[in-house]
Amino acid sequence: MAKRIIVDPITRIEGHLRIEVEVDSSNVIRDAWSSITLWRGIETILKGRDPRDAGLIVQRFCGVCTFVHYEASILACEDAFGVKPPPNARIIRNLVNASLFLTDHIMHFYHLHGLDWVDIVSALSADPKKAVELAKSYCSEPYNCSETHYKAVQQRLTKFVKSGRLGPFANAYWGNPSYKLPPEANLVIVSHYLDALAVSKIGAQMMAIFGGKNPHPQNLVVGGVTSVMDALDAERLGQYLFRLKEMKKIIENAYLPDVLMAAAYYKGEGSAGTGAGVKNYLSYGGFPLDDDWNNLLFPRGVVEGRNIARPLKLDEDKITEEATHSWYKGSEPQHPYKGTTEPEYTGYDKDGHVKGDEKYSWCKAPRYNGKPYEVGPLARFVVGYAQGDKAIKGLVDSALKQTGLPVTALFSTLGRTAARALETKLVADRTEGWVNELVANIKKGDTRTWTRCDVPSKPVQGRGLTEPPRGALGHWIRIENKVISNYQAVVPSTWNCSPRDKAGQRGPYEESLIGIKLAKVDQPLEIIRTIHSFDPCMACAVHIIDPKSNEIRKYRVC
Amino acid sequence: MDKNTEYHSLIKKQYRELMEHCRIQLDKTERELPPAREDFYSSLKERGISRRDFLKWTSFMTAALMLPPIFRPMVAKAAENFSRIPVVWLQFAECTGCSEAFLRSSYPNVDDILLETISLEYHETLMAASGIQAEQNLEKAVHDFAGKFICVIEGSLPRGLNGKYLTLGSKGKTGIEVAKEVTSKAAAVICMGSCSSFGNIPSAKPNPTDSVGIGKALGITTVNIAGCPPNAVNFTGTILHYIMFGGLPPLDSLGRPVWAYGKRVHDFCERRPHYDAAEFVEEWGDEGAKKGWCLYKMGCRGPYAYSNCSKVRFNDGISWPVMAGHGCIGCTEPGFWDTMASLEKPIHEASIGGGERTVDDIGIALTALTTAGVAAHAAFSAMRHSGKKKAGTSSDADHKE
Repeated sequence: MAKRIIVDPITRIEGHLRIEVEVDSSNVIRDAWSSITLWRGIETILKGRDPRDAGLIVQRFCGVCTFVHYEASILACEDAFGVKPPPNARIIRNLVNASLFLTDHIMHFYHLHGLDWVDIVSALSADPKKAVELAKSYCSEPYNCSETHYKAVQQRLTKFVKSGRLGPFANAYWGNPSYKLPPEANLVIVSHYLDALAVSKIGAQMMAIFGGKNPHPQNLVVGGVTSVMDALDAERLGQYLFRLKEMKKIIENAYLPDVLMAAAYYKGEGSAGTGAGVKNYLSYGGFPLDDDWNNLLFPRGVVEGRNIARPLKLDEDKITEEATHSWYKGSEPQHPYKGTTEPEYTGYDKDGHVKGDEKYSWCKAPRYNGKPYEVGPLARFVVGYAQGDKAIKGLVDSALKQTGLPVTALFSTLGRTAARALETKLVADRTEGWVNELVANIKKGDTRTWTRCDVPSKPVQGRGLTEPPRGALGHWIRIENKVISNYQAVVPSTWNCSPRDKAGQRGPYEESLIGIKLAKVDQPLEIIRTIHSFDPCMACAVHIIDPKSNEIRKYRVC
Repeated sequence: MDKNTEYHSLIKKQYRELMEHCRIQLDKTERELPPAREDFYSSLKERGISRRDFLKWTSFMTAALMLPPIFRPMVAKAAENFSRIPVVWLQFAECTGCSEAFLRSSYPNVDDILLETISLEYHETLMAASGIQAEQNLEKAVHDFAGKFICVIEGSLPRGLNGKYLTLGSKGKTGIEVAKEVTSKAAAVICMGSCSSFGNIPSAKPNPTDSVGIGKALGITTVNIAGCPPNAVNFTGTILHYIMFGGLPPLDSLGRPVWAYGKRVHDFCERRPHYDAAEFVEEWGDEGAKKGWCLYKMGCRGPYAYSNCSKVRFNDGISWPVMAGHGCIGCTEPGFWDTMASLEKPIHEASIGGGERTVDDIGIALTALTTAGVAAHAAFSAMRHSGKKKAGTSSDADHKE
């Protein structure tokens, strides 16, 4: 007899997400539905506004993926205005984006995702001495690693447990058989969990140096950046580099070795392809290394059906969104430039479950060439690997060698988590070079940070495609009479959290859960582990343009 | 100056009484609230913060809270007890930016520890449990700490579709239902950020989901830590105040703590001398921009926004928007996306109108409004402290220039 399980709220993510699954008698997931439960309608709000204000507004899609929507919107406007920012602006944007990658990925692994792999309670019974040995077997100089420190961490946790008030750690899944790490490995990662809290502040400061603050920096304008004083100030650049060094330390001596250590114990999941999901991967390309976006740190492209032997070129016209199973009217797939939708909320069925055959989410269903696609670090790495990108291939091959896993292990929950760690290193290793590039350019006498431009008076349209931490992000803007006439964003979590489409194809979250066996049916640990591996961000995912906004309130609730 | 005037003895008497009140309150906290999980002073030591650093911090915080230096020991004691206050953090129509701001606070050092050791009984972004287990945690916290916990809210409440633009939990409750349940049991409600304070982005025109701030949606009094996102130091200060005096700090007419939102961004701006000297940035990246001149002509809303951003800055004081060469967007004011647009034009060319003289005119008008509000709220707070609860507040009143 099939049993329906609702997991709502999914915690340790941005925003409001519900997952429902159906398990068979042996607790294996046979079907899944992912539903976003909040709609704010920011794209509706954008209509009729000055396009130059759009960046700051859309940035409020999300405070976790802060900066990225700001940048995508500015890129879309620059495309529409026909203006190219000067090299210094491109570099400064890369520097701000880099600070986000480093901060966000570290925070994701330790604070949002870590507790799906790591059992805090088990860490209490670890032998600190053995934990030091274990950490040293994965890294020559592990981060903040000593017997005394590990003991202190244990004491701190014990006090916490004894107080009887576990706060954020209360009532979780400690002791679940799906936790596979030995106590010592748990202790090492838990200790880094605490270290990473402090380090994430340093990363946020990196962003603030050029961005003014974090979250929600305020230094981009159509045509360039505003932080010219910071760029011209050697001390400022020094402050940035100093913090970069700190971040690199935790990436190389904690984050990467911890992921590899976890991979060793969860190897079975990797080779079994647990949590793999849809077989298609898409990357818009990110971190421009030249001013024409020809040379990119993350390559642009598509891999279909996991065929890494045949990487495909990206064709922007093949991107569509549809709403057959989303709480909006209409069902035909539309290109984002034409995306127009109206809310049509139909709620849950009489048992309080999602109406899986009808509409069940505020998230729309983006498709590429009519198929669901996964986006994010794994997609970037699959595309890069398929295209033979040297840096990406090198990182993947060495990680595979170290863990003894085949390349197909990439297609799993574990692979997704590992790709995120590897790309953090990739970005961290390149960042210093960008600071040097900035200095070299200024030394040449080029201090430009802005290209003069104004809102065109004739109707124009433009798009901004980029790769923020969570994956392929696109903003499409149309401008008429100098104000926004249509705005559409198709964001990473919309791709990944997508509900079914007209053809009944499941979205990436849904597909990735099929076949996963729950150790304990009343503890959704395996579900959240796989969902978290995508790094969900719901606030980003939900927003649409509504042509007749004042009618919205009239819709009846079923 | 003669120190024995009637005025002086009055002031002295007032502070003596205030201190006595504070002492009673702190004793009460120690007696009634659950013990701290971690010893505050050993946390300081672990983090390498010396006694001297801590004293410096108490001086800063005392001054920031607009208290005379004799209150320093009280602030220290409140800091010690900070982690005893149970906090339930709810998220509605939001972007998690306020949580991020709160997690990444590092100014000054001690705040950092306060926020790390805070007793978060419920916070969806941080908690390990999901689904049913998460819902149980919320029920338990609200039950166990009824009347004692502080409810912090991030995000506005959509009222459209009978509230169903936002549903939470396995039973699909609306945001408004959850907010009502939890806030009715809370000792105080603190709105973290402009969304929960005033509606902010979801309520910008045409407000498609009919979103409003918490105070307006539920008809309750809230402390509004405005900003998009706000500076976490304003949050810490408010909680410290609560621990010391058992009540909310004096608020302006918009529910914002006066100690943090009593002055305009413009008043303490490092570029203010350039404003006075009429040295303006004329376009992005020009010579003026390189020299750090005033951003008024580039749309800076500092003259119209009440906040301490220019004083405390962000992220360990490393920067703030004006330092990064961009104008202030006035994010601590209700309805700023509409009233302050277009953000890259000076306000006389945007929506308010009236030429440069308006800076001062509007400033004076706003100050008058705020002052009146302060007085009203002082009276209101006194009523509240004496146990009378009154529904409805002006904190969501439409912002009129």
